Amino acid sequence: MKLSRRDALAVGIGGMALAVLAPAAYAAAEDAAIATFTGGAALGTGGLTLTLPEIAENGNTVPVSVDAPGAVAIMILAPGNPTPEVATFNFGPAAGSQKAGTRMRLAKTQDVIAIAKMSDGKFVKVTSTVKVTIGGCGG
Amino acid sequence: MISRRDFLQATVATSAIWGASGIGNWARLAAQQALTQNTLLDFDSYGNVTLIHITDIHGQLVPTWFREPEINIGVGADAGLPPHVTGADFLKLFNLKPGSPEAYALTYEDFTALARTYGKMGGIDRMATVIKAIRAARPEALLLDGGDTWHGSYTVLKTAGQDMVNVMNALKPDAMTSHWEFTLGIDRVTEIVKALPFPFLGANIYDNEWDEPAYDPYKIFERGGVKIAVIGQAFPYLPIANPKWMFPKLSFGVREDRMAAMVAEVKGKGADLVVLLSHNGFDVDRKMAAQVPGIDVILTGHTHDALPEPIQVGKTMLIASGSNGKFVTRLDLDVQGKEIKGFRHRLIPIFADVITPDAEVSGLIATQRAPFEADLKEVIGHTGSLLYRRGNFNGTWDDLICTALIEDREADIALSPGFRWGPSVLPDQPITREDLFNATAMSYPNAYRSEMTGAALKAILEDVADNLFNPDPYYQQGGDMVRVGGMGYHIDISKPQGARLTNMMLLKTGEAIDPAKTYVVAGWASVNEGTEGPAIWDLVEGWVKRKGSVTIDPNTSVVVTGT
Repeated sequence: MKLSRRDALAVGIGGMALAVLAPAAYAAAEDAAIATFTGGAALGTGGLTLTLPEIAENGNTVPVSVDAPGAVAIMILAPGNPTPEVATFNFGPAAGSQKAGTRMRLAKTQDVIAIAKMSDGKFVKVTSTVKVTIGGCGG
Repeated sequence: MISRRDFLQATVATSAIWGASGIGNWARLAAQQALTQNTLLDFDSYGNVTLIHITDIHGQLVPTWFREPEINIGVGADAGLPPHVTGADFLKLFNLKPGSPEAYALTYEDFTALARTYGKMGGIDRMATVIKAIRAARPEALLLDGGDTWHGSYTVLKTAGQDMVNVMNALKPDAMTSHWEFTLGIDRVTEIVKALPFPFLGANIYDNEWDEPAYDPYKIFERGGVKIAVIGQAFPYLPIANPKWMFPKLSFGVREDRMAAMVAEVKGKGADLVVLLSHNGFDVDRKMAAQVPGIDVILTGHTHDALPEPIQVGKTMLIASGSNGKFVTRLDLDVQGKEIKGFRHRLIPIFADVITPDAEVSGLIATQRAPFEADLKEVIGHTGSLLYRRGNFNGTWDDLICTALIEDREADIALSPGFRWGPSVLPDQPITREDLFNATAMSYPNAYRSEMTGAALKAILEDVADNLFNPDPYYQQGGDMVRVGGMGYHIDISKPQGARLTNMMLLKTGEAIDPAKTYVVAGWASVNEGTEGPAIWDLVEGWVKRKGSVTIDPNTSVVVTGT
């Protein structure tokens, strides 16, 4: 009946306390990143696909891909992370397609954002919720 | 006297529930007849395709008692829709008579009395009789297994699933998909799958290193002149709801885009009929049917729902065939010009005392059980109460387990996972070791003892509640709520995650749970590797043996609102 740190981790609560940080600070960083990318331009919708799991199997490595035919650049933001900028992909005129994928770390459940800059200079935005769960009881 | 009105017969209708407005009347006449094998099997073959669906048998080779849920709440777009209808409402919706065999098979009311009247249900040898009868009438019928097959009993545990593999192979399924199978560990799954005489399908199972498909996504069958594509979909949340260290290189997920791509691919190959053999869970399937056009039939699984009539979503027909071997679904279709022109459907209840066991499969089952017969039969105690698990919140089986955990692990609070499997034990009966393993047998059984703050406890319960009550089915994992011993709470399921639980109270003192205070918590089935503690069945068996006789009082410590 000895208690150990391993016992505490065994029920999957390790790191949970870290997930509760000041959201206001993140929002400012997110807004700044968007402003830098878009130069304050209006954000439309359509033509950009953001593919993410609904629930992350491992918050430390979440597969993400974006696809926006005709885009010149696509930015991915995770506003719930201490550093929201995940990646920005730039596509040159010779690019055969405007899609890209990578993996990112997500600190907690959040709405991941992708913004594409299209060749006509307009911007489109899409978001998708990824849950980062403690896990446990499916059955 | 044979009636043909006790199964559903219709041309494609547009009602939300096919036939509910008078076409179906699943059991009106059946209820007035003596229960015989002939009436249970009666079915005039129809059309050019026959599908036989079985799912979520959970290792139950022999007949069991299985009480259906009293509480099964739907949220968001699924609120109030079947399968989120129980008891008297269910009987009314499907026009079933209280006290009838169908009421016993499909609902919870008067379960004990009806169980004693109508007997156990299931048994793979009885299912074999039904399947063989269907094949005798329709040799080209497809038998499709929705998974959760190699799991859930003493003999599955002791043989690493070989007992179920041997018996199921005798039924000659045409394909299966999966969930708990992977908790045998990837090496064992690979070993079984290599020798499996039928495809093990999972369009949504990927290698997580290269993000490439890991299993065959579908198989196309040519039956009765019809090209039938069967696409498999494994449980999407295996690495989250079950221990991912047991299959570390696999990724799952709903993967709606992948499903759409597979539907397009099979249609490109000339499929006349697209069948999704799914372990998504019913609400996930309902959403997928709406989001991914082109699926003709979804054979649902995972959430253990048994529905006597198909549910229609757009042009897609959803079939729910129950669990634990209680039912076999027969679906006859008339497929013309790549469309379903009409169908006959019957959810065949497997009344174990009515359907003659198939001799060959009976013998095979006896062979699997023979080495363990003495262990299986050993009486470990006696119950004065009906022991059952199924339902969104606490059931008596888990109340018993939680009490044993609190007493044996000297804990303030106990947690037992919200599994949907686990047959029932009738009151005033002995509890055998087989009964105990039916409620606990799995591959990560360690009963941990840990310290948690009140805040951490709330975070865990909020997390699990959102897995069940998130209004978007794609974010649901299909388990029931974690069962809690030693602590009461109120839950408003309409609230978002973090705001559902209030009034958490330590039952032994009546004090409110203090977020800053530390509590001793015992539980089992942690998904984390290296969890220490005795196997839950050893702990519970020791506790029951010391008590001798067990009575579980009704649990009133969970108050549910927002439904």
